Amino acid sequence: MPTKFHRWKESITATDIVMWFIGFALLVFIILGSILTLRAGRYTPVQWFDFVIYGLAQGSIYALVAMGYTLVYGVLRMINFAHSEVFMSGPFTAYYVAAYFSRSSLLESHPFICLIIVFIVSMTVSTLIAFLLERIAYRPLRNAPRLIPLITAIGASFTLMYLFRGLFGTGFQAYPVWAVFTGKWALFKGLEIGKIQVFVIFAAALVMITLYLFIQRTRTGKAVRSVSEDKEAASLMGVDIDKTISVTFIIGGAAAGAAGVLYALVFKQVFFMMGFIPGIKAFTAAVLGGIGNIPGAMLGGLLLGLLESLGPSLFLDGYNIAAPYQLKDAIAFLVLVLVLIFRPTGLLGERLAVKKA
Amino acid sequence: MKRSLILFVALFMFMAASIVFAAPPTDPLGVVTIKPGEPIHIAYWFVTAGSDSTLGIDTKRGVEIAIDDIKNNLLGHKIKFDGQDSGCNAEGGQAAATKLASDPTIVAAVGSNCSSEAKPGAPILWNAGIATVSPSNTAPYLTDPKRGSTYDGYLRTAHNDKVQGAVAANFALKSLKVKKAATIHDGSVYAEQLANVFAETFKKNGGTIVAQEAVAPTDTDMKPVLTKIVTAKPEFIYYPIFVAAAGHITRQVKEVSGFEKVYLMSADGAFSVDFYKAAGESAVGMYHSSPDFEAFGKVYEDFIQKHIKKYGEKTLAPFHAHAYDAANLIFKAIEKVAKKEKDGTLYIGRKALRDALYATKNLKGITGNINCNEYGDCADPRIAVYKTSPENVKKLEMPKKSFWKPY
Repeated sequence: MPTKFHRWKESITATDIVMWFIGFALLVFIILGSILTLRAGRYTPVQWFDFVIYGLAQGSIYALVAMGYTLVYGVLRMINFAHSEVFMSGPFTAYYVAAYFSRSSLLESHPFICLIIVFIVSMTVSTLIAFLLERIAYRPLRNAPRLIPLITAIGASFTLMYLFRGLFGTGFQAYPVWAVFTGKWALFKGLEIGKIQVFVIFAAALVMITLYLFIQRTRTGKAVRSVSEDKEAASLMGVDIDKTISVTFIIGGAAAGAAGVLYALVFKQVFFMMGFIPGIKAFTAAVLGGIGNIPGAMLGGLLLGLLESLGPSLFLDGYNIAAPYQLKDAIAFLVLVLVLIFRPTGLLGERLAVKKA
Repeated sequence: MKRSLILFVALFMFMAASIVFAAPPTDPLGVVTIKPGEPIHIAYWFVTAGSDSTLGIDTKRGVEIAIDDIKNNLLGHKIKFDGQDSGCNAEGGQAAATKLASDPTIVAAVGSNCSSEAKPGAPILWNAGIATVSPSNTAPYLTDPKRGSTYDGYLRTAHNDKVQGAVAANFALKSLKVKKAATIHDGSVYAEQLANVFAETFKKNGGTIVAQEAVAPTDTDMKPVLTKIVTAKPEFIYYPIFVAAAGHITRQVKEVSGFEKVYLMSADGAFSVDFYKAAGESAVGMYHSSPDFEAFGKVYEDFIQKHIKKYGEKTLAPFHAHAYDAANLIFKAIEKVAKKEKDGTLYIGRKALRDALYATKNLKGITGNINCNEYGDCADPRIAVYKTSPENVKKLEMPKKSFWKPY
């Protein structure tokens, strides 16, 4: 026992102590703020419930996009910065289909058929873009030093962004309203829940579970996992590396395309730069959950959504800070820093540490 | 006698020579020389991409019509009109201004659109000796006595928001008879200052500001911040922000329990057809403060006809007329200070041009009488309140008749 303590004492550095100190200060600040806010009693339980629902809806969109980042990181050890454009391309293209349905009043008569078609179009376009991206931009550089694909990813991101700007113009478009999703369902005791939020959360959960099962239970999924664990060994065991990497991009692209439609259903506006902010947030979510880890990306996304929605009210209201929602991103990133101080691998990121060693 | 005669003749000859072979005029900030056949280069820095692009396209068209109206001929030279996208944010404004500042052929600039762009951008241009006239910056800071000498080359034909914010506050109190209001800004110079002017006037005239919140211009999920505001129970929400974020707020406000009956009001930054696209049906019944188009008179109707003829559609945002006036302000000042040689070469002193712009008095523009004060405020500010009808949203058309006027 004393030796173990001794060794722990030896391994600790001044930096560690400072980081822990910062971490604890932030933690105390957050907890104290939350207590003060709750004691002030400004919000009713119904409003807290609303915050959670808004956060979960936003978070499940982040989670879907984050899966793309984490999957690609898993197999290629690179950050696919062009993934935010994969997210943009689907819903931006599918808008024109949705607008057509809206004009031809098909949207009113068959809302669900229209919705399914819009999903199919968006997911197909995003998948195709992700697939081509890997084929054209990343595969030729597979064996280049690490930084090169990273810079290529940034280049690809801009290329795609301005390609869509050239195709569909600089202005934005607004998705039509699906009448079936407007309004709320009344639950018990005055609790209400927006139909669109319910749909987004369930649809995202469905896509995530499907993809998760695909990766865990199928042969192809097994190949993806084996490549992410050890590329050479997998190749020696007869796994087709190129094909598996393509599959990874396809899965990520499909998730991003679905996330894009959900985003467009909630927020309506689509334009060529719409992917940038959700892309950064989803990347943050992937890091928060532990990059390379699929359940981690889901957890990170949901947590980030909740933080953005709840954080400013819960942590800062108690201190009477003016206009706390301006600090929404600051809070989200602060919590990211906090998590990385205590767990440098992210929330569920142990597997990565093992792999890297 | 003889000696003085020689001296006199010599002096006369010297003077004659100096008139015939006039040396180019000098100017403390440099002189732009435009050779015969070369165009006079006037540049814009407008937001021409993204969700606020209607603002930039609308003002750009205003300048283009002004160029058409002088038959693209200023002192025998054509006008070259091009520019940079300024993105409606500080970084974009800085980048656009830096690009323009590096081009020595630019005589004067028109822009920017958003006040956030002008704050870093105008000093960069003036550092290069380029005076700029903005058709749509309205933040009070830009023409404030305390703004500093780096803004000496900056003027605007748009109204100052000290006027617009007060009109909105008085409208809420007198016409809607509300007592409790909330404001939302997006951290931009324009929105923050306008929301503050509104809040001050509203409080001074007997109302209560129950919440002052802020969002980021790129935020999409406004429901959490609206849920926070609903706890303060405002009857009126004033959010003088830009198209994308204003669209999100307008759409999401009715989804928050407790906001079923709240009045919504925004300002000229989100008063465009793109806003109707962004907000959809939910924009019906809301209010906007904006320049009063009815006060513009007969000239304005001609302008609209020219606009429809040239671009095949109606105007997109509120500042086309101000852009037209800004262009004319520059043309008149160039006419005043340019030195023309016999062969057509023009010399335009940069400091002289700036001084001539600032000295503009009683210029008859579409938006009224243009009188520039010592801080570059040139507008004849007349603000009205507009209400959005279902027709406006359906046809994507700006309301024609104002709903309320302070005068």
